[in-house]
Amino acid sequence: MNPAAALTARIGRATLGLFGAIGRLVIFAASAVSHILRPPFYPREFLSALLNIGYLSLPVVGMTALFTGGALALQIYAGGARFSAEAVVPQIVAIGMVRELGPVMVGLMIAARVTSSIAAETATMKVTEQIDALVTLSTHPMKYLTAPRVLAALIVVPALVGVGDVIGIMGGYLVGVEQLGFNPATYIKNTWNFLETADIVSSLVKGAAFGFIAAVMGCYYGMNSGRGAQGVGRATKSSVEAAAVMILAANFLLTNMFFTA
Amino acid sequence: MIDLIDVHKHFGTKKVLQGVNLTIPRGESMVVIGGSGTGKSVLLKCILGLMSPDSGTITLDGEDVTKAERDAFLARFGMLFQGAALFDSLPVWQNVAFRLLRGSLKRPRPEAREIAIEKLRRVGLTPDVADLFPAELSGGMQKRVGLARAIAAEPEIIFFDEPTTGLDPIMAGVINDLIREIVVEMGATAMTITHDMSSVRAIADKVAMLHNGVIQWTGPVGQMDASGDAYVHQFITGSATGPIEAVR
Repeated sequence: MNPAAALTARIGRATLGLFGAIGRLVIFAASAVSHILRPPFYPREFLSALLNIGYLSLPVVGMTALFTGGALALQIYAGGARFSAEAVVPQIVAIGMVRELGPVMVGLMIAARVTSSIAAETATMKVTEQIDALVTLSTHPMKYLTAPRVLAALIVVPALVGVGDVIGIMGGYLVGVEQLGFNPATYIKNTWNFLETADIVSSLVKGAAFGFIAAVMGCYYGMNSGRGAQGVGRATKSSVEAAAVMILAANFLLTNMFFTA
Repeated sequence: MIDLIDVHKHFGTKKVLQGVNLTIPRGESMVVIGGSGTGKSVLLKCILGLMSPDSGTITLDGEDVTKAERDAFLARFGMLFQGAALFDSLPVWQNVAFRLLRGSLKRPRPEAREIAIEKLRRVGLTPDVADLFPAELSGGMQKRVGLARAIAAEPEIIFFDEPTTGLDPIMAGVINDLIREIVVEMGATAMTITHDMSSVRAIADKVAMLHNGVIQWTGPVGQMDASGDAYVHQFITGSATGPIEAVR
């Protein structure tokens, strides 16, 4: 085969592989949604997933948001000083946290904490034949493992984003009031007056989308993991990478949809 | 009765099953022997529908297993996996009673727990094991819990995948005896895959030897030593010379 034909064949194979992978992922996500909607339901697994994804993520989400909000306030103050706009710190911290940093930081933290955990656990279950065991016990793995986690993430990640937004704004407030000399009442008033309903709705919608992506990626890579410890490790790594990239891509698309129309 | 007719299965270029024909009569204990990587587990997974054969037919009491209603079909089976495959996140009793806590066989939790403890007793484990997690058990205890789970819903057919792998000879003997007792007591149809000859002699009514993707020999366990088949002879004597290549 001449070099041009070999290159074309290689590009063709890579393109087919990419579309095949996208197709499999889309079918998996659609199947997860269909299993959420159809019985049997597993409320215990759902509640356990709610606890793991939601409640147990609160410390990392809270700390991340607090420091991000504080750093944002410092940056806006320093940047704003270049054109005498230091007073906009409360407004920009609020809009920055609610529209962008809150959902994105929470999404990435969930990808790191939850996607990796779901992928590693599911992949280990696959390697140790626990998923085959589920099937022989008349239990559909998509219903028992995937559906409760995806539904829980869909519900609880927007709530985490809401909490992250509030704590992030609080981080900005603490820095603004304690370090930059803002009046506390004025800071809160400016924050409250500047935010619009659309900002909060966009934040929560992003949270739901990112939660869905994080859980689906963890389950998909876990269910399709290779053999042995290396297979589990690769599934975990790939799930986090894919979830993080998809969360950032989805963030771009959703921002475009909400704020450029 | 389970019937396999001309079953083929391949993975990439590797042809694992190349026309398997096998009948497992109701109430009998069939043990499939063969070297590592000869497709014994694949055969078992094809019967259970965990894998689809490329061609051929597998029937259970005359009904094609690929067309049977899945829940009703699987409700007839119990399976002991090679590594027990216990669910790490659940305590032992919930592993044993898994089928009784959900789905069509669902019972109230106290009743399911009672049944789990009774099944644990049946496999020689005390009730205090019920609240432990699988990671807290030894390999032999995990196998017993896996066995208790396999029989918890009193299935008609039980599959055993390498039931004694990784166990010391005494524990392997205990598991073999338990399997034999339980299969006889329940009147279940059993299919075991193993390459442990002590298991074969303890568990089997009939033996089938899988090699090169086909059943090389099948017959009653009592005739195995005098089968006259070179493959079976080499396998049961563990000889490095014979028709089976030692390096695969």
